[in-house]
Amino acid sequence: MAATTTVPSASPIAGSRSFLRRLREGDEIARLITFLFAVSTVLVTVLLIIELWQDSALARHKFGLQFFFTRVWDPIAEQFGALPFIYGTLVTATVSLVIAVPLGIGAAIFLAELAPARLSDSLEFFIDLLAAVPSVIYGLLGVFIVVPLMRDYVQPGLKNTLGFLPLFSGTAYGVGFLTAGIVLAIMVIPYIISVSREVLMSVPRDQREAALSLGATRWESTWKVVVPFARTGITGSIFLALARALGETMAVTMVIGNTPTISASLFSPGYSIAAVIANEFTEATGNLYLSALIELGLVLFLLTFLLNGVARLLIVVTSQRGGGTANA
Amino acid sequence: MKRIVGASVVTLAFSMMAAVLVHATLSINGAGATFPYPVYSKWFDEYQKKNSQVQINYQSIGSGGGIKQVTEGTVDFGASDGPMNDEQLKAFQDKHGFGILHFPTVMGAVVPTYNVPGVTSALNFTPDALAGIFLGRITKWNDPAIAGANEGVNLPATEIVVVHRSDGSGTTYCWTDYLSKVSDEWKTKVGKGTSVNWPVGLGGKGNEGVTGQIKNAPNSIGYVELIYSVSNNIPYGNVKNSSRSFIKADLASVSAAAAAVAKTMPDDFRVSITNPPGKSAYPIATFTWLLIPEKFSDAAKRDAIKGFLDWMLVDGQNYAEQLSYAKLPQEVIAKEKNALEKIH
Repeated sequence: MAATTTVPSASPIAGSRSFLRRLREGDEIARLITFLFAVSTVLVTVLLIIELWQDSALARHKFGLQFFFTRVWDPIAEQFGALPFIYGTLVTATVSLVIAVPLGIGAAIFLAELAPARLSDSLEFFIDLLAAVPSVIYGLLGVFIVVPLMRDYVQPGLKNTLGFLPLFSGTAYGVGFLTAGIVLAIMVIPYIISVSREVLMSVPRDQREAALSLGATRWESTWKVVVPFARTGITGSIFLALARALGETMAVTMVIGNTPTISASLFSPGYSIAAVIANEFTEATGNLYLSALIELGLVLFLLTFLLNGVARLLIVVTSQRGGGTANA
Repeated sequence: MKRIVGASVVTLAFSMMAAVLVHATLSINGAGATFPYPVYSKWFDEYQKKNSQVQINYQSIGSGGGIKQVTEGTVDFGASDGPMNDEQLKAFQDKHGFGILHFPTVMGAVVPTYNVPGVTSALNFTPDALAGIFLGRITKWNDPAIAGANEGVNLPATEIVVVHRSDGSGTTYCWTDYLSKVSDEWKTKVGKGTSVNWPVGLGGKGNEGVTGQIKNAPNSIGYVELIYSVSNNIPYGNVKNSSRSFIKADLASVSAAAAAVAKTMPDDFRVSITNPPGKSAYPIATFTWLLIPEKFSDAAKRDAIKGFLDWMLVDGQNYAEQLSYAKLPQEVIAKEKNALEKIH
């Protein structure tokens, strides 16, 4: 650099070379900075695991694997088991997906394939708005609207018609697994719609045209060509929804009933991992108690990790079986 | 772009100056119980008006959090609805080399609150009935254990929906402390604590969560701090005390509960006032405590905290009743003033 300025008569090649070098140095800097950014996300995850692992040592040593199979959660007797919480987390997430997946994908197909562009865009705006509503608002919606509706109409109705199934038996409190699942479904539907719609819209036009030119109806081209092509992306949206459902805290704790029970009935009050941590962490005075709550955090982390892994596997398997490689 | 940068530099400079100005006053940090938060924030506010150089910040993160933070030394003082147990006191002593003191500040009551369609008068509850309901032994509203104490009230044959706190709470501590004293079965099966393993019932988050559940669900019963029941306009029951009379919770009956134990107050103030003797004492009440370390390395801080405690015990008490907390009895105040000497 100093050389080029002190020798102004130097050939332009020297100047451009140092310019190139500077650029290259800039590249290096950019590479380093972005690399650090990328590494920092990994670092946060690793630190999180280390922290959870270390702070849960007391509970891990005391309860071992029994932690996963014990149904008792008794802070006074210092007996802690995660089973009812794992059960509650999985049940509510499952209920929410059973409701949200058909609704969400159906809506996405309508918006991407069948609706006029203007309608689709304006509806999309509202759906994105829904995704940004804080979860405590959904919780309030649950407490004031969904819970009374469930207690007075939905649960008695289900009991009278499908009451022979253990799923729909027992006292109708209004709060419980089913209500929590429904509120979660309302919360995750916008994610499924929004992502699935984007994926469906990015399916190349010639795919549709090819199907139509072969004599397929509009619906056949949508259902048999476009949707399978976008399958990977749609699966991605479902797992995004699942992750949200597993970790949701505020809205769930407001409507689930907060009782660590394992019951076949969806009417029964239950508890989820995230909810119990939020509820009890501040007042957890004993060391073992605190450690058990942190271990619950570790369990939730593992659960999410595991389900994510399964999701990846599923995507690999389904995309090998045919279908496209839509951008997911 | 340049203008934005310039503007932000100026803003930064101003905020740094503001920060410096704030630091000119003495800032004291505390954390802990949520139950006394309304009166504490009133006190800290009023005290700062009189002593502008002292600013007390209080975070109502819960009693457990308060104990934890003061033990770790991240705050200057803690606050709790349940006294620290021996193990916690030892942990503090081991860590710092000196002890921690309890200072009762005000008192509150916990009431059984319910929503029974058709019942408008205040129900009477015996200790056995309350323990039975919360143990899940009594499941119907017309159970003789409830109906026996409420002659003339038409109680329905409906199932009782029990509601309790889902979050750890001093309110739960007071409630379960009472039930442990009146029922041996409760004591052995459940015990007392800020969170317990409830035999039955739904959990609501916070006092407002419990009142919300009770308002919504017919035939429900739960427990909340007196003020929440009053302000939400839901009925609460009278509870039979140790002198066999049914007492309605109010400031007078809570003060009576404290007066009953004031004479036998231990030197460290760690005392439970549930189920006290006394004809007019309401049986489910509690002190709430400030947790003050015995030693402060910063003399200015120490004097400021002592100054505040001194003010709280005299002038501060006058703010309690308008916020529905009961004042401390005179005997306790006198004793606390002596205890101030222990802070050095």
